[in-house]
Amino acid sequence: MPRLSAEGRHAVAFTLNGRAVDGVAEPRMLLSDFLRHVIGATGTHVGCEHGVCGACTVEVDGMLTRACLTLAVQVEGSAIRTVEGLAPAPDRLSVLQAAFRRHHALQCGFCTAGILMSLDAFLKATPRPDEAAVRDLLSGHLCRCTGYTPIVRAALEAAAELSATQEETAHA
Amino acid sequence: MLDVPQQDGWIGRAVERVEDAALLTGRGRFMDDLGTRPGTLHMAILRSPHAHADILGVDCATAGALPGVEAVLTGADIARLTTSLVVGVKAPVSCWPMAVERVRYVGEPVALVVARDRYVAEDALDLIEVRYATRAAVVDPLAAMDDGAPLLHDGFPRNTASDRSFRYGDPEGAFAAAARRVSIAVHYPRNSCTPIETYGLVAEYDPGEDAYDVLANFQGPFSIHAVISRALKVPGNRLRLRTPPDSGGSFGVKQGIFPYIVLAAVAARVAGRPVKWIEDRLEHLMASVSATNRATTLTAAVSADGRVSALDWDQVEDCGAHLRAPEPATLYRMHGNLTGAYDIAHVSVRNRVVVTNKCPTGLNRGFGGPQVYFALERLMQRIAVELGLDPLEVIRRNLVPAASFPYRTAPGALLDSGDYAGTLEAGIAEGGLAALLARRDAARAEGRLYGIGYAAAVEPSVSNMGYIATVLTPAERRKAGPKNGAQATATVSIDPVGSVSVHVASVPQGQGHRTVLSQVVADAFGLTPGEIRVNTEMDTAKDAWSIASGNYSSRFAAAVAGAAQIAAGRLAGRLARIAASQLNVPPDEVVFAGGKLSARSNPANALAFSRVAALSHWSPAQLPDGLAPTIRETAFWTPPELTAADEEDHINSSLCHGFIFDYCGIEVDRDTGEIRIDRYVTAHDCGTILHPGMVDGQIRGGFAHALGAALLEEYAYGPDGSFLTGTFADYLLPTATEVPDPVIIHTQTPSPFTPLGAKGVGEGNCMSTPACLANAVADALGVADIRLPLVPSGVAALIQGEERAAPPDAKPRGGAPKAAGAKGEKLMRGEGAAQVRAAPEAIWAMLLDPKTLEAIIPGAHGVEKISDTHFRADVTLGIGPVKGRYRAEVTLSDLDPPRAVTLGGKVEGNLGFGGGQGRITLTPDGRGGTEVAYVYEAFVGGKVASIGGRLLDGAAKVIIGQFFAALARRAGGAAGTTPRPGLLARLLSLFSRTPKEGGR
Repeated sequence: MPRLSAEGRHAVAFTLNGRAVDGVAEPRMLLSDFLRHVIGATGTHVGCEHGVCGACTVEVDGMLTRACLTLAVQVEGSAIRTVEGLAPAPDRLSVLQAAFRRHHALQCGFCTAGILMSLDAFLKATPRPDEAAVRDLLSGHLCRCTGYTPIVRAALEAAAELSATQEETAHA
Repeated sequence: MLDVPQQDGWIGRAVERVEDAALLTGRGRFMDDLGTRPGTLHMAILRSPHAHADILGVDCATAGALPGVEAVLTGADIARLTTSLVVGVKAPVSCWPMAVERVRYVGEPVALVVARDRYVAEDALDLIEVRYATRAAVVDPLAAMDDGAPLLHDGFPRNTASDRSFRYGDPEGAFAAAARRVSIAVHYPRNSCTPIETYGLVAEYDPGEDAYDVLANFQGPFSIHAVISRALKVPGNRLRLRTPPDSGGSFGVKQGIFPYIVLAAVAARVAGRPVKWIEDRLEHLMASVSATNRATTLTAAVSADGRVSALDWDQVEDCGAHLRAPEPATLYRMHGNLTGAYDIAHVSVRNRVVVTNKCPTGLNRGFGGPQVYFALERLMQRIAVELGLDPLEVIRRNLVPAASFPYRTAPGALLDSGDYAGTLEAGIAEGGLAALLARRDAARAEGRLYGIGYAAAVEPSVSNMGYIATVLTPAERRKAGPKNGAQATATVSIDPVGSVSVHVASVPQGQGHRTVLSQVVADAFGLTPGEIRVNTEMDTAKDAWSIASGNYSSRFAAAVAGAAQIAAGRLAGRLARIAASQLNVPPDEVVFAGGKLSARSNPANALAFSRVAALSHWSPAQLPDGLAPTIRETAFWTPPELTAADEEDHINSSLCHGFIFDYCGIEVDRDTGEIRIDRYVTAHDCGTILHPGMVDGQIRGGFAHALGAALLEEYAYGPDGSFLTGTFADYLLPTATEVPDPVIIHTQTPSPFTPLGAKGVGEGNCMSTPACLANAVADALGVADIRLPLVPSGVAALIQGEERAAPPDAKPRGGAPKAAGAKGEKLMRGEGAAQVRAAPEAIWAMLLDPKTLEAIIPGAHGVEKISDTHFRADVTLGIGPVKGRYRAEVTLSDLDPPRAVTLGGKVEGNLGFGGGQGRITLTPDGRGGTEVAYVYEAFVGGKVASIGGRLLDGAAKVIIGQFFAALARRAGGAAGTTPRPGLLARLLSLFSRTPKEGGR
């Protein structure tokens, strides 16, 4: 990484949900602030800015990352995925998102973006998780509205649906 | 998911929420997602590191000169430009949104900066110099009333803001006649439901019209609008208060944003530009708002078979440093319900409200219910234990009988409807109590610690806006004028193509109001929910609203949804008359179904809804004679049952009363004190259920909050008023691994007092669950004094007794000079050593040389030598999320060159303060190098003290390591450190006062 000047502002470019984006940031600017206020991708939320609540979770080069613990200048050249990139089309929901809606797995929806990002990555890596594994994964997120059980149910149902789809594809 | 029998209409069906598509795809529009006008400035707030101190001076000159800073305001400015916030009791006391002359809690605003962005605004905070003279603090509500306790406000003698006694029935007679008297003393802790979205607002001032426009994620009640406009010295019509489309949870908490609305509005006026503020999490935990903590002594007059004839309540409510509106409402919200779910004819009450050096309190889910039911339901369990009865039997024998509704409680609540015994028996049967009792027997037979707890609760909803006046005497109330009712408003509009829109002033924060209203209004018009568009944004300049508007006291389903039905029903009645004239049938023969208005006897005789609905726009001349147009209808609904308190202080504090019966089986780990919930059953009767998915969602969410309050959460303060739980690593919220899935059971007894028969349901488990879990732990351990939160260390102490003190010869910590100035602040001790490849003489010279110190102390900007033994340093240090500047005064004493020196000092910064002493010894290692050993004791207070042990320890180790690495580099050789608990921490404790070993 190039040496950055604390006083200067630096160009930052990366791909966001497959599209090239860029902006200018002071070295101290958080990735969460950059995404939200420079790029305008406000779907990623900020709940604690100390890495506990998980609301700001995004994917950076395939790794789940707390955007509030990451500096914008660190993601130069990276590929970032956020909640805005999960749905297959603007008027459709992903399997996971649709399961959330069916199970009332959100109320205020503020923590939801980060939870969706974590579950999306988790279900790819763990296609058939049990409830304990889902709860363990979710323990990195704080939700104050739902009591978590509807989220667990939505995740398990989405997992079943996704793996069934994949099996169909494999057999085709 | 609850299986509710399908009804004809949409009400009662678990339809998918209209809110969800946007929220799931990142298209929500929360406060900080909305753009601002060009030129908007950003506010940051400097907060007190002291719990109680006089402000001697605030120097803003350097901060004001920082490029990008537009204004800096202090308490004096706020006092000049605003009027004090109203205080809810009659007393010569003011309540400012920013400290004026004195700070009274850690985190109290002391100054604010507005700047071109938040980063610059926070830079400027570091440059504000505040001089304080600290005072003794008091944090315990009972101690606050003692003779000689530190006094917070001269107008509150003995820190007591209110002391009222009440008497209903003949409590003295009942106690005299009772076979037994059972008593319990409890301390309910402080906590908060901490929504994941913090406070946020944008404020603007128009000098031409002397008017403010504020967009804030405020939640109501809009009685607070009057408080804000009064503080800003404008009439209500010059304070336009708006809310954003989405709000990230509130649970009552976002009521507490209103002092910040005043601050930002004034800042916008001074700066001449819009001002935006988004609260950060550390600010939120430390200084947003909290539930009250309460010390209660409750005594029952009991017959030998467990029948309670009288209760004697003595409640001491701790409202924190200021009595902020609407306090002391937390204490009085439950006043009519002090008999809980029980038929108890005689009640005496003493209610005292005290102030302490803690964050001011406000709305929080359950609002007074958790405090009351923890005492009442723990008492019922104690009655069973002391009388040798089954606790379930004690509950059963005292329940309000099903035949007696509506039932007037002794203090005046009118319990609207219910079948408490029926719901209880349904809960027992469907929840599997018998199996749970068998599991307890089996577990106990194996020697395990297993307990079962019960709790019954009446859940009030739809608050009477007059209940708070019960804190006043009848004479004071007569003078203040009557207060009562609970106005709900809803507006239904029909546009020129006949499509239907709904607006309500209910300000949801995730409860799905838009979905439920679409169901309610769809039913009124024979449409589908998808055809109804609902807007729940609030704008006091344009919308119908009243003081009761907002999202609190679980009033939506019971009051607001009903108002929407009334408004839609009025329009439907007029539409039926229009259709009747065209269908040639009487209006009561017109049926709304399937998007048509048709004749009941001949469905083919029909008109499209949209055609009839649009008539008032296109052809008003065709309206039947005398019929008002159908363009827009606003309904105002207030229940007549909500009357003002009477001369004997009877108060019907709430309109609706749901019933809850909970029980649970828990097991306590004998070694760790950890509590495992085996099964939790919660049976509810919340009247008519409008949306089963949302009702269960409210129950699960309330249960999770309650579980946190019972097992994990406490806003903890040190004896000096230091706030100790300032991050989510310290204030622990329950996660998916701690929250089990409760078994939910429903019965439905419609309320006769609400349009839809619905009652509130969102808060009940916050009232019942902490008591139920505590009763189970009491049952498992056979102990009487249960304190929340039931953290493992506390439970372990109940099992094994208090931890014994270490034997005197165990681990000598000797040698550390005693830290001076500690008054209960967080104390840290540490020791350690490092190897440096330089002779003691060289190191000695380095340690006494300001230039060297400046180079090797992490974060030092300048070290100034005042004398040979007195240095002044300026350092910036980051600990976890808290980075700040500190000024340090260091003195050297007991010099023994080149072998040992004692360093002592004090540090102070806007983020905290501290001090300590440490002794460094330099010992030649025989190879030309030196072993540098140190031992220290230090204390910290203020914001930094709220950063938990783990973060502080980690930060101290890093900083200490950096110091030794730099010392070694400077000395010209590699260094090795021996990370015993401390390290150079003592040096740092002097220079920067971050070190932290030994924990709190």
